[in-house]
Amino acid sequence: MRAQPRDTGREEAALEASLAAVWSSRPGLLGWLTTVDHKAIGRRYIVTAFLFLALGGVLALLMRWQLAQPEGRLLGPDRYNQVFTMHGTTMMFLFAVPVMEAMGVYLVPLMVGTRNIAFPRLNAFSYWVYLFGGALLWIAFLLDMAPDVGWFAYVPLAGPQYGPGKRADIWAQMITFTEVSALAVAVGLVVTVFKQRAPGMSLDRIPLFVWAMLVTSFVVILAMPSIVLASTALILDRLVGTQFFNPAAGGDVLLWQHLFWFFGHPEVYIIFIPAVGMVSTILATFCRRPVFGYLAMVLALVGTGLLAFGLWVHHMFTTGLPRLGESFFTASSMAIAVPSGLQIFCWLATLWGARPRLTVPMLYVLAFLFTFVLGGMTGVMVASVPLDTQLHDSFFVVAHFHYVLVGGAVFPLLGAIHYWYPKLTGRLMEERLGRWAWGLVFGGFNLAFFPMHLLGLWGMPRRVYTYPPELPWGGLNLFSSLSAALLAAGFLLFFWNAWRSARHGEAAGPDPWGAGTLEWATSSPPPPWNFTRIPVVEGADPLRDSPDALKVAAGLRLDRRELLLTSVMAAEPEARESSPRDSVWPLLAAIATTAMLIWSIFTPWAVVWGAIPVAATLIFWFWPRGTPEDES
Amino acid sequence: MKARIVADLSELPTSGPRGSGPTWWGNLAFMLIEGMGFALGIGVYLYLATVAPDWPPAPPPELAAGTGVALVLLLSLIPNALLARWAKAQDLRRIRLGLLVMLGISVLPLALRVLEFQAFHVRWDESAYGSIVWVLLGLHTTHLLADLVETAVLAALMFTRHADNPRRYGDVEDEVAYWVFIVATWLPVYACLYWAPRL
Amino acid sequence: MNGAAQSALAPGGAEAAAILSLFWPVTALLGAIWLAVLLVLALGLWRRPGAAPRRAGLAVGAATAGTVLVVIGLTLASYLVTRPLSAAAEAPLVVQVQGRQWWWQVTYPAEGDAPGFTTANELRLPLGRPVRLELAAADVIHSFWVPNLAGKQDMIPGRDNALLLTPRQAGIFRAQCAEFCGMQHARMALPVVVQPAAEFARWRAGQAAPAAAEALAVAGRQVFESRQCSACHTVRGSEAAGSTGPDLTHLASRETLGAGLLPMTRGALAAWTADPQTLKPGNNMPLVPLTADELQALTEFLALLR
Ligand code: HEA
Ligand code: HEA
Ligand code: HEC
Ligand code: CUA
Ligand SMILES: [Cu+2]
Repeated sequence: MRAQPRDTGREEAALEASLAAVWSSRPGLLGWLTTVDHKAIGRRYIVTAFLFLALGGVLALLMRWQLAQPEGRLLGPDRYNQVFTMHGTTMMFLFAVPVMEAMGVYLVPLMVGTRNIAFPRLNAFSYWVYLFGGALLWIAFLLDMAPDVGWFAYVPLAGPQYGPGKRADIWAQMITFTEVSALAVAVGLVVTVFKQRAPGMSLDRIPLFVWAMLVTSFVVILAMPSIVLASTALILDRLVGTQFFNPAAGGDVLLWQHLFWFFGHPEVYIIFIPAVGMVSTILATFCRRPVFGYLAMVLALVGTGLLAFGLWVHHMFTTGLPRLGESFFTASSMAIAVPSGLQIFCWLATLWGARPRLTVPMLYVLAFLFTFVLGGMTGVMVASVPLDTQLHDSFFVVAHFHYVLVGGAVFPLLGAIHYWYPKLTGRLMEERLGRWAWGLVFGGFNLAFFPMHLLGLWGMPRRVYTYPPELPWGGLNLFSSLSAALLAAGFLLFFWNAWRSARHGEAAGPDPWGAGTLEWATSSPPPPWNFTRIPVVEGADPLRDSPDALKVAAGLRLDRRELLLTSVMAAEPEARESSPRDSVWPLLAAIATTAMLIWSIFTPWAVVWGAIPVAATLIFWFWPRGTPEDES
Repeated sequence: MKARIVADLSELPTSGPRGSGPTWWGNLAFMLIEGMGFALGIGVYLYLATVAPDWPPAPPPELAAGTGVALVLLLSLIPNALLARWAKAQDLRRIRLGLLVMLGISVLPLALRVLEFQAFHVRWDESAYGSIVWVLLGLHTTHLLADLVETAVLAALMFTRHADNPRRYGDVEDEVAYWVFIVATWLPVYACLYWAPRL
Repeated sequence: MNGAAQSALAPGGAEAAAILSLFWPVTALLGAIWLAVLLVLALGLWRRPGAAPRRAGLAVGAATAGTVLVVIGLTLASYLVTRPLSAAAEAPLVVQVQGRQWWWQVTYPAEGDAPGFTTANELRLPLGRPVRLELAAADVIHSFWVPNLAGKQDMIPGRDNALLLTPRQAGIFRAQCAEFCGMQHARMALPVVVQPAAEFARWRAGQAAPAAAEALAVAGRQVFESRQCSACHTVRGSEAAGSTGPDLTHLASRETLGAGLLPMTRGALAAWTADPQTLKPGNNMPLVPLTADELQALTEFLALLR
């Protein structure tokens, strides 16, 4: 065997130079297009997702403007229907799910102490597919061809007979793009967590955020096939005349709803569970103590993930299913309050007497507790069949899900951005601006959405483009719309702060918060190889356990991208594995896939002919190049 | 932060243990995804059967072709197992042979599949029954096709200078595992499509 | 403040009242739990710094056990409230309501001596008598929701659903389609008129009769029969027997025009007939070009359809 350069016994600077030689991407555009660095991809994933948040938010403002008074004239019915569909679809499929996955892509490899995500090329592919899917939807919107059937596209309205044109096809195909990308990320994350943890990071030392991403990834893996099947069946019904949803030919309208919600309910926990992980992380740092009840927290995460698959019918309480069966789903839905409550109680115990520093991330955690618990309570209300027959499809439900989505997921996310911003950029976000933005977002949100509970009880259905003046809804709607402007101002301030701090923020250093998890053991932002030497973990809080010197392992090769594999349970070192180099093929494969998927909206033959370039790009992608990474 | 070296990894092998390395887990994850797809497809079939007044609306399918596929797939497990053994033994010549044999074998179910589509006497656009039958058959066929391409590429690879490499032998093992998955998914689909309507 | 004519908080029927009697205690209980959580949070932040409390495990365990109990209680309570809601009542009045894009077809089957008939865009119910609404959909999914009387129930193509309700208060309540059904989902409302049994019987007899003789005598009738109107609409007693649009036999006796769009006035009738697409964009009635005379004649005819 040839002598291979090792990192053992080398000087830090020389070591880093060698690592830079193998791990860095090329400079320039080509490097940007070919990189497989999880940080580069995670960062652009996050930025793209926030762009979609801004776009979806602008649509929300249009809706609020339209609803501010009876007989509003800003949007006609056709445009309004596109707008709320685009808003819901963008927020769920192009913002919330991807942003959570993206945070995982960026943070999980750092938090488990490895050098790149598993299957980095698949990860790059996932980003491109996501980007192209989002572009497809928004270009269609600009061409006045956006879907107009709601974010869950119920048939027959979305079916061949009542959904003419290509609008519903574009919705269904956009789903395919986001599913492919989410699944790709989920697989990468699962394997990263299983096999690439730093030596010594046994199951009971995995950071809670990583646990949350692991559970989320499994939920993705088990839930997404359902929507893939559903949207494929929809496209087939529309394109080649299959009869899945046509009752006249033995099909069934409710089949769509079952398949959609079997995915759709877990989907909301795909958004929520990572947020829970963020809350735990932020709390532990600023309370300067580990989250109370680690085992209980992990069990609650796993329990939520499992229960998520047993509740889908609670979206269908008014479809006339047997009452006894529905009551079962009342029970299972309410049961989710138990793991959620358990987590809340553990957080309260963590906070008790901890006198946390009320930094902006902490403020978002407090806003989360206030808002999410309220949203959870309304969730328990709509889980009750009799109550839901009144509340379903009314603005009460709109209030419920914004409380849990914005309060339960976006607030922690904003906190997480403030918290990890130094790691992402090397600079801190401005604190004062951050507080103002927090105040506007928290206040604006509650003022905008609380009145919607009442509107729903007063009989206002959702998805109406306008309402007559004789109904008493005008006042509260106006109030809600004005408050939404406050909320938007808060978001604007947040965006401004993030933008400005990226160049003018205070330099952060590796660990500005005195946190305990491994991502803070490397520089901010981390080098392409993350850790100059792989950290060795001996407790749940590696940085706090050994404050003066990080324990590390030596012995990895320097002439190829190499990282450490460890065992699934105890994270004992097993092997040194190579990690793939940059490649343009993921991008080309994504382009080929995009061409095939868009083409197949128009003819089924696209699947046949379009598969050829896809297969070709995949073969080039996997064909070995004889680099050191390929050796064994 | 200062670092203190507490472990030396240089003695570790340079690629993951087969059977629990990243590719193996990745493969497993994809099988979980696809297995879920098959399970849901069968679920849709059974759901539609309970909703429909009469099921199947066409005469039950003729058994020959589908049973043939099941037999061919089951028998293919023998060369597949041999291939697995040779891959473990890193016996390149036999691996080449085994891959070519598997390549030949995996064409058979595809040929029979054409007959299968006819055995149901129903078009995809005639009824929901026809739709789900075609989709389930189509889903499995896609797997057969994808595996055919994969086997072909792998076989080609094994005749190049990249062949003699533990990593490639690992790829062969993953391919073997994937074929077992394809065989394993056919059995419930076969039972559902051919035997459920006879119950 | 309770939103009056379309509100779940102002019940005018037994079912809505039963649901509301569950709603308030549940809201109070859950609200109290929410406040308790915030209180503990505030106290925890307020407290002097110190180590994590020693009995935290006990507290967390107790709170979780409490959650389990509350959840069990709420599940039972909902079940107990649902059961009577779907229990078959004795000798209910049966009415078939069919949702269409974007109006309602209402059919009263014959009952005893009273003949059956079909009307549209208005539901009348006798006070105090249990009603069984048989809900269907002609095209896409709609949902029947009259919050003052009962919870909602979807109308689903290919499925038969039913809703039981018992009006306990006379008045006009507003129902509105609650499942997104396309372009004019927002304008798919339905006045539900609850009246004393005798009045209801009189109304019912009137509706079952063919169109008023004075209406059939005016010139507008010919316009209606000769222009496209008759292809879509039925006016019993005339030649018009179309079925893609609402039955207009007693159009002018209804409270509103165009599924809750406008109050029923002569002006509204003229405006609608002249240009339904501006009033309710995208609805399935096309603009039928008419001369001024034709329009006037038609309006007179329609206004006489009492
Ligand atoms: C992040 C997203 C998220 C989260 C976390 C939740 C959480 C919950 N949701 Fe929500 N939900 C949505 C997103 C979410 N939901 C969306 C998007 C929709 C609408 C989709 C659409 O129609 O467009 C929806 C709709 C929806 C419905 C259908 C309503 C309808 O259409 O009629 C139901 C019904 O059961 C429901 C229930 C619940 C329940 C029981 C929880 C529970 O998980 C909540 C549990 C939490 C708590 C209860 C608070 C903490 C607990 C304690 C402090 C302990 C003490 C508590 C008790 C004793 C009760 N949700
Ligand atoms: C994570 C998901 C998410 C998020 C964050 C939001 C955020 C918001 N939503 Fe959304 N909403 C949904 C998910 C979400 N929503 C879903 C799933 C539906 C159902 C859709 C359906 O029925 O099909 C829905 C429906 C829905 C409705 C009901 C429509 C109807 O039924 O008729 C309304 C009405 O008020 C609304 C309002 C808002 C508002 C005011 C916000 C605000 O929080 C938005 C705040 C953000 C901004 C205002 C952006 C600010 C940024 C800028 C101003 C910067 C601009 C800069 C550039 C462009 C560079 N939403
Ligand atoms: C192609 C079919 C079609 C034609 C032709 C048509 N209508 Fe209509 N009409 C409808 C439909 C559908 C509706 C229900 C619209 C809605 O409310 O969404 C309707 C509604 C109405 C209503 C309101 C009914 C109610 O219950 O409130 C009136 C009045 C009416 N039409 C009169 C006319 C007259 C007069 C003409 C001829 C000049 C005409 N229609 C021609 C289909 C038609
Ligand atoms: Cu009919 Cu909405
Ligand atoms: Cu749900």
